Amino acid sequence: MHVGVDVGGTHTDAVLMDGRRVVAWVKVATTEDVATGIEQALAELVRSASVPAERVEAVMLGTTQFANAIVQGRGLVRVGVLRLALPIGTAIPPLEDWPPDLVRAVDPVVRQVHGGFEVIGTPVAEVDPEEIRDAARAFRAQGIRDVAITGVFSPVDPSQERLAADLVREVIPEARVSLGYDIGSLGLLQRENACVLNAALGDVAERVVDGFSAALRRLGLTARLYLTQNDGTLMAADLAKRYPVRTVGSGPTNSMRGAAAITGIRDAVVVDVGGTTTDVGVLVAGFPRPAAVYVSLAGVTTNFRMPDVLSLGLGGGSRVREEDGGVRIGPDSVGYRLTEEALAFGGTAVTLTDAAVAAGRLALGTHPLPPGRDRAWGERVLAEAARMAEEAIDRMKTQAGEVTAVLVGGGSVLLPDALEGVREVVRPPHAQVANAVGAALAQVGAEIDRVADLDPAHRAERLGALRQEAMERAVEAGADPATVEVVEVEETPFTYMPGHQVRVRVRAVGDLAALPAPAGR
Amino acid sequence: MREIGEREVEWIAEGAAVLGTGGGGNTYLAGLDLRRLLRQGARVRVVQAEELPDDAFGPVLSGMGAPTVGIERLPVAGRFGALVRATGRALGRDPAFVAIGEVGGANALRPLSGAAESGLPVVDADPMGRAFPELQMDTYMIAGVPPRPLLLNDGKGVEARLEGVPDPWTAERYARALTWAMGGNAGVVVGVVTAAQVRAYGIPGTLSLAQEIGRAMERARAGKRPTLDAVLEAVPGGVRLFEGKVVDVSRRTAAGFARGHVVIDGLGAWRGERLRIEFQNEYLVARREEDGAALVAVPDLLVLIEEESGRALGSEMVRYGLRLHVLALPAPWELKTPAALRVVGPSAFGYDVDVAPLPGDLLGRAAPAAVGAAG
Repeated sequence: MHVGVDVGGTHTDAVLMDGRRVVAWVKVATTEDVATGIEQALAELVRSASVPAERVEAVMLGTTQFANAIVQGRGLVRVGVLRLALPIGTAIPPLEDWPPDLVRAVDPVVRQVHGGFEVIGTPVAEVDPEEIRDAARAFRAQGIRDVAITGVFSPVDPSQERLAADLVREVIPEARVSLGYDIGSLGLLQRENACVLNAALGDVAERVVDGFSAALRRLGLTARLYLTQNDGTLMAADLAKRYPVRTVGSGPTNSMRGAAAITGIRDAVVVDVGGTTTDVGVLVAGFPRPAAVYVSLAGVTTNFRMPDVLSLGLGGGSRVREEDGGVRIGPDSVGYRLTEEALAFGGTAVTLTDAAVAAGRLALGTHPLPPGRDRAWGERVLAEAARMAEEAIDRMKTQAGEVTAVLVGGGSVLLPDALEGVREVVRPPHAQVANAVGAALAQVGAEIDRVADLDPAHRAERLGALRQEAMERAVEAGADPATVEVVEVEETPFTYMPGHQVRVRVRAVGDLAALPAPAGR
Repeated sequence: MREIGEREVEWIAEGAAVLGTGGGGNTYLAGLDLRRLLRQGARVRVVQAEELPDDAFGPVLSGMGAPTVGIERLPVAGRFGALVRATGRALGRDPAFVAIGEVGGANALRPLSGAAESGLPVVDADPMGRAFPELQMDTYMIAGVPPRPLLLNDGKGVEARLEGVPDPWTAERYARALTWAMGGNAGVVVGVVTAAQVRAYGIPGTLSLAQEIGRAMERARAGKRPTLDAVLEAVPGGVRLFEGKVVDVSRRTAAGFARGHVVIDGLGAWRGERLRIEFQNEYLVARREEDGAALVAVPDLLVLIEEESGRALGSEMVRYGLRLHVLALPAPWELKTPAALRVVGPSAFGYDVDVAPLPGDLLGRAAPAAVGAAG
């Protein structure tokens, strides 16, 4: 059996699953210190299911703690930043596009040194070992042990970054080193940004992972611990300590993966209706479609792949207004104050929930609705909500034609069973904890993003090597070798240039050992 | 003469993306380079060609190479300043200004870095009025200004100087090959122009136009108005060509060009119609999908504005489902002469389309009578 935990801004959800079956679930308020809430949720979960602790084989954690640490600039450590690029790359120094507050929070010591590669694999400059030792001594003098190393085109050839890491460890034996090629894809500044954020999370990562492990031990759980990543796959806890930044976008991902896991549907639009917003995402072959562009994290541009999510100001607490003879919903919401401020609870705010009550879609509340808020009005408002959802679904579709829509989240009852452009509306059970289910059922995977010379004579051999490397990395991350497969190969040629240099992205995914294979559909 | 600061740089970056017509490279990194220079106290002065003596001359600056390489190598401090000095060495006389080689996309900003690093003013004109993929697509070259000297800088201390380059096609071929050898990214000088040549053959005021477009778009955004309205206010000859949702994108790479097409399903006033836009890095031809009839073609500018962000969309970013507004802006009249159309018209890109250029001029000027008759 497996436990999935999703720590969100307001709620911490946990589910206990036997294969694909939800045995028990709990939803508690997220506590200030996070850990207490998680421990409460787990204790309650194990107690309510009356399952012996040793039957829990694995615990999967999806958490916003790392993202929050970055957004709030709290708990970050000082970072030694090493860029291997001289004599180029000089016009835009490291952290150049960061918000000043976050630069102060990370308080970096920056050294630009010789190194880097050209796209064709020749060095920009050779690494000068003494130059790097000197930089490391400067870091050590400041008490820095978290070091971020990024070289030009390191996804083409990571050897210089690795060599630099060894040289840093000569000087700082206890160094925690983040390497650019391990963390981000092409785009030096964005990869370096992600690498520095990763290094800055060094302490937070150890605290969260160790704290969570300790909580499991206190509860008598000996299960293996994993964290969920942005792309919907798992990372073993010891890897998560080294690569915390890979988890920062896992919330919407888990929700979508949960919808896929519960329903067995692999290609669909997932509509997650909450109290304030509706998140619309797209499942492609069981995984969230990634966003195409750079992702801004607390004002820092990064280039790891995040799920492509369209957020609408549409939720159970959304305020409803009459405008120009029509109805306008949101984007503002009464949020968690719904049960005080909504008409149905004796308040004065007109909300989408009130419209659902008026239309007879929901039976809740403590007060009768005032005159005029009748069935016809309620249906008019809900029709507008449906139209907004339809438009969002249409925008997110990957191709023309009708799609399947999976509706999850506490507010999904506000949407009808028939939506334009939708073949079938699916409302899975346990939709309110889909995110924790998604964490519990997550697979293990790895992605590599390289530049390769795919001239026709060597194309098959070189692509094969890249596929092999992606699969090996997936196994290293904890996947069952028997189930690992390459799920995505994307080639992007370089424009304006001759030759066969191609950017190749390969993603391999497999099941976590002892987890049943996904049902598929 | 006027001076520009950080705000103007942001406006120019946004306007240059509009004039990039889908190509020209991303302005983000070039903008950061310029911002750093300004914060370090460098000054960027802009002059009109009329303010300069006839025989004053300046290098025509631009960056060359693959955008995907540029995002790794990043701009190199001092590179364009070095090219300005190299121009002086090559000619034995010091240049008096810096000229822009391409006002569409990132190349609108790189000469400003050259101006900041050399202390010379940048002249408010360029030979494209938009983005084009190759060196010969340039009004200075079309008028016969030789591409000499041809200088390339690899950012690592190697400077190449090609002597005796006879014509822009040769310059394009040699420069492209050298750029690849330099790592896929080079700073280049393609000839020098005198102030008299800028006045005679250049397209005047294009840097200011980029700035004005960007400023109008920012103002529109602040006032919750559509940015496309702002573009059309800044370019009065422009028209709304279409509005809709992308329903098909096809891409392939051929001879170093990202070729492909986009099909847009109409919304609003265009519901029930479809538009097809063909691109080769830049958007080049817009056709009615139903019968393939060409509506707008290069050198007129096709601009895709993404509805949600209100920003001009690069051809590499187009994907299914995006809501777009398509604007067509008239090319400057300098690109619509018979001589220019042979080099930058649809046939130069392999299209056999017969479509009249949009009436009017990118900068709202009256066209000379001779051009009006030809167009």
